[in-house]
Amino acid sequence: MIDTEARAIVSAALLAIVPDAPLDTLDETTDLRDSLELDSLDFLAFVEQLSHRSGRRIDEDDYPHLRTLADCTRFLRDTTAA
Amino acid sequence: MPSLGADMDAGTVVEWLIKPGDTVHKGDIVAVVDTAKAAVEVECFESGVIERLLVPEGQSVPVGTPLAVINSALTEASPHAGPEPTGTVSEPAEIPVPMPPTPPAPKPPGRPVPISPIIRQIAAHAGVDLSTVHGTGRGGAITRRDIERVAQTPAAPTRRPVSPYARTLAAELGVDLDSLTAKEGGPVTAAEVRAAAKRTEPQPPLVRRTPATDMRTAIAELMTKANQEIPHYHLAATIDLHTALTWLHDHNQTVPVTERLLPAALLLKATALAAAEVPELNGHWVDGGFRSSSTVDLGVAVSLRGGGLLVPVIASAETMPLAELMAALRERASRARSGRPRASDLAPASITVTNLGDLGVDLVHGVIHPPQVALVGFGAVADRPWAVDGLLGIRPVVTVTVAADHRATDGAVGARLLHAIDRILQHPEELT
Repeated sequence: MIDTEARAIVSAALLAIVPDAPLDTLDETTDLRDSLELDSLDFLAFVEQLSHRSGRRIDEDDYPHLRTLADCTRFLRDTTAA
Repeated sequence: MPSLGADMDAGTVVEWLIKPGDTVHKGDIVAVVDTAKAAVEVECFESGVIERLLVPEGQSVPVGTPLAVINSALTEASPHAGPEPTGTVSEPAEIPVPMPPTPPAPKPPGRPVPISPIIRQIAAHAGVDLSTVHGTGRGGAITRRDIERVAQTPAAPTRRPVSPYARTLAAELGVDLDSLTAKEGGPVTAAEVRAAAKRTEPQPPLVRRTPATDMRTAIAELMTKANQEIPHYHLAATIDLHTALTWLHDHNQTVPVTERLLPAALLLKATALAAAEVPELNGHWVDGGFRSSSTVDLGVAVSLRGGGLLVPVIASAETMPLAELMAALRERASRARSGRPRASDLAPASITVTNLGDLGVDLVHGVIHPPQVALVGFGAVADRPWAVDGLLGIRPVVTVTVAADHRATDGAVGARLLHAIDRILQHPEELT
């Protein structure tokens, strides 16, 4: 998967959970849970969206790789077949 | 108009989702009602055919007022209202007359005798508020004469007189006399009218109360009552979650992402089971005494984006399998956050849980939601140094607190609840 593709999936997944998320101004390297005030229910819903849209199962052990926008994009790019 | 929370006196029908002639079933969403806290989807308590709607859209009515008439005789599977021997139509059922049995609203909720649409119309024409009318008819029913009597009494005896000059001046300057006469004091003077005209010239923007500030007011009232009336006692215990979280992790690896469980679901389930074991903390303080609840209706505090708080209820949580409880939690949180909770979400809880772990809080000193008698709070799950079998290890732990009403119980009872939660969480495999 290429960067732009991965990034589109991450954006769509976030917008599905937080419809008014300011994705354009969101820093690539800030913690998503903090900056978007996601609680564990929101984060689970986000992971579900990512998993569904990328066709890749995401386990709880993967959560440390999903901290920031940049993390999420990298994770999908590197772990999802092109 | 159902009571959507102990602090609700009245509600506004925002939208009807059904019309006369429609067939409805128990549990169908029939209307959207605006309360101080949120627009709520109201479910139907009966099955049948909608005969007529009693309250038009946009009208605010007190809790307990019938909203619509459902003819339950026209459906076969109606458990209520068997056909009367002589009548062709059985007694129509009114929704949602069944008030939650506990807790009673602080004020007498509605009138015992239904008001017919005709009387309602007459009252509306006469500009009479039916809740202020004393009924003299059969069983206290309001009659046409009752309304006429109220309509004839001068409406505003406290109005101040206005001098003719002040009245003319007010007309010239475009001053609304009502705003002046509504205050107390002697006759309205010309000077006052001039002063009012000055004030109104650079018309300040009208401050409209947003839903968020209405919610603030509702929370303020309930919490003030709690702190004024309830002598709280607070207990805390720190629980080792190693076993529970290991079990959860293993479980989650074997199920699809959509069925993944969160630690919050385990904590809620453990609390519900513990509350069933300690019924002294599960119920309501009503009329100077405690009434325990036969089911654990778990209120779950959900904080909203942009501020505020809703506490949707998961009824009979102690009997729910873990997966179902998790689904119930997700649904209710999502409905609360989208601003569209259902009426059943806001039914009275018998005990409330607040989980502030996601905010990184260690420990919650809770405030009880009256008329409940206990609130359980969970802080964040965090890795801490912990003594295990004489050795120091690192374990994920959580601090659970209970705020309880000292009128209903003493500390020993609260301690039993915390011990039960701990014990239950050490055997997560039994929770499914």
